[in-house]
Amino acid sequence: MRYTIPEQEIMCSGHKACQGCGATLAMRYALKALGPKTILTIPACCWSVIDGPFPYSSVGVPLFHTAFETAAAVASGIRAGLAMRGDTETNVVAWAGDGGTFDIGIQALSGAVERNDDFIYVCYDNEAYMNTGIQRSSATPWGAVTTTTPARHFKQERKKDMIGIMAAHSIPYTASASVAYPEDFIRKLNIAKETPGAKFIHILASCPPGWKTAPELAIKLARLAVQTHVFPLYEIYEGRYYKLSMDPKKKPLIDYIKPQGRFRHLTEEQVDEMDKQVDERYDRLKEQVERSKPWFEAKKEK
Amino acid sequence: MQKVMMGNHALSWGAKLSRAEVIAAYPITPQTEVVELLSNMCADGDLNAEFIKVESEHSAMAASMGAAAAGARTFTATSSQGLALMHEVLHWATGARLPIVMGNINRAMAPPWTIWTEQTDSIAQRDTGWIQIYTSSIQEIMDSVIQAYKVAEQIYLPVMVVLDSFVLSHTNENCDIPDQNKVDAYLPRFENAYRLNTDKPAAFGGLTGPDWYYELRYKIERDIQKAIPLFTETGKEFGEMFGREYGLVETYKLDDADIVLVASASIASTARPVIDQMREEDHKVGLVRIRVFRPFPADLLRKLLGGRKKVLVIDRNISFGMSGAFYAETKAALYNEKKAPPMWGYIAGLGGRDVPMDVIKGMITQTIAEDHPAEDIIWIGVKR
Repeated sequence: MRYTIPEQEIMCSGHKACQGCGATLAMRYALKALGPKTILTIPACCWSVIDGPFPYSSVGVPLFHTAFETAAAVASGIRAGLAMRGDTETNVVAWAGDGGTFDIGIQALSGAVERNDDFIYVCYDNEAYMNTGIQRSSATPWGAVTTTTPARHFKQERKKDMIGIMAAHSIPYTASASVAYPEDFIRKLNIAKETPGAKFIHILASCPPGWKTAPELAIKLARLAVQTHVFPLYEIYEGRYYKLSMDPKKKPLIDYIKPQGRFRHLTEEQVDEMDKQVDERYDRLKEQVERSKPWFEAKKEK
Repeated sequence: MQKVMMGNHALSWGAKLSRAEVIAAYPITPQTEVVELLSNMCADGDLNAEFIKVESEHSAMAASMGAAAAGARTFTATSSQGLALMHEVLHWATGARLPIVMGNINRAMAPPWTIWTEQTDSIAQRDTGWIQIYTSSIQEIMDSVIQAYKVAEQIYLPVMVVLDSFVLSHTNENCDIPDQNKVDAYLPRFENAYRLNTDKPAAFGGLTGPDWYYELRYKIERDIQKAIPLFTETGKEFGEMFGREYGLVETYKLDDADIVLVASASIASTARPVIDQMREEDHKVGLVRIRVFRPFPADLLRKLLGGRKKVLVIDRNISFGMSGAFYAETKAALYNEKKAPPMWGYIAGLGGRDVPMDVIKGMITQTIAEDHPAEDIIWIGVKR
């Protein structure tokens, strides 16, 4: 039997994650794809805890823990330091949550991507400040309840389009991914590995305590996010050329919303409103994909 | 090689002679010439280094940490607001035990907007665990960068080389640029035993509870204290190789002095001819210039100041609600001494106000005239 996912295990058990943690699966798959010649830097986020207390670590690669807003800048420094010491092989990876990426870390990330520094930035997005106890971030979707957006005043703003912001930097490669589609995630990491310059991968990482769901639903929900078009899987090359990784026939949004306690307060009308936003965004994405087709065809001919 | 250069360029030359491998910096007046010259050196191939043109000082220090953690010799420079923005990452660099060297040009903090010299920016960082060298000449700036790496890399702690805005940063003096081969012999290539190494994977800075955090802090204190003998040793070695010796402090006409003036940076340079004048007027006045402020050379100051008749300290900085920092710390160092002299603390030169010879002379004269200091902060010529 041929495995579709690399067999090597660089992450070990004994980590400190919650049951059903998507962020933990994301790391496990990422290290399978990247291999042992990888250096990680992790700012404040769930993974600051998941990795385990001093002197333990659950990843078999060097890990530099860093301050909340510094992951991208530290990664730039690691790459430059390695280059000066003659190492051009090692993968440098900044691994951050949505708070450290969408909010407090966006300045350093924008700077590093504008400089096109050669590293992979992975944002595992659990859609709120889960490590501090579920506070709203700019990655929290419209309609969600968090501890700073209670039901009577649920999140009124749309999720920030982080990949769009990265594309606006003309980043060589950016893609979305999901823990429910590990082969797709690993394929994208392999492309990132081979692409010089800055790379940004945005992976939706389900969070049972934060989303108020049963741990055993973690993968199912991550899959439903893609199937309901809430979190489409796509790639952008050179900041301009869009490609859908899959274009599933849309399942009803309610399938994704209903099992999650963070959306429980929404009325039918509000779910309809959310559905409209999802369609709007998906249509815009399809337009970009249509526009990009000649570029991919020309690339294939080459 | 002799070359006339500004203080900022002396920092750049210090980094070049030390063979800095990664420079991450962001411009701020009055530091800009440091990074301009370094980027030219890199562009021309005179310096084999990666220059990361970061988008903020916060990222300058963060990128410096990444580079140093990867094992590279790393340099950056900033000033004032930039240093304040770095504050969080300064703590991180110390805790991560990274021997980064940074130039800081002392510029007063805003508001109001100002660009002139004052030490409050670097004094405000004294608890971050960074070693601090306060320089007083262009030559010393260049030499201090080289010595800073020599100290930093033995104890895995970062060092700040501090100079006065404009008075040193933009003043030109003749400099002796040491021979590169000799610098290489003094400061060999650095191999960081704890670098990020895929052959020896480890996590650095992970979550640490009360059962170990205390010990990690103890180790930082233990090692920063090692810098006390190290500055003397490496300064002596520097003197033997390059003809200019550096220590924790510099003394001038101190041996038989009754009245000792304690100062730092360029004010100490201005004070030397004042001491000469006072000596001509039969006042036994001497000078102690504190060069290394962190670690604070308390033992040495107890030896040098204990038993003197009077001590006065000039501070170009202020810790609001207390006093000048050099005054407070010198006084604290002598508190348990039986023969602790009374101590006067003068605040002068804030925001770049000139501190000319006659002002320093006035402070010494006042100290001689009074039996005891009237207050903790003595303001000189302030428009009340």
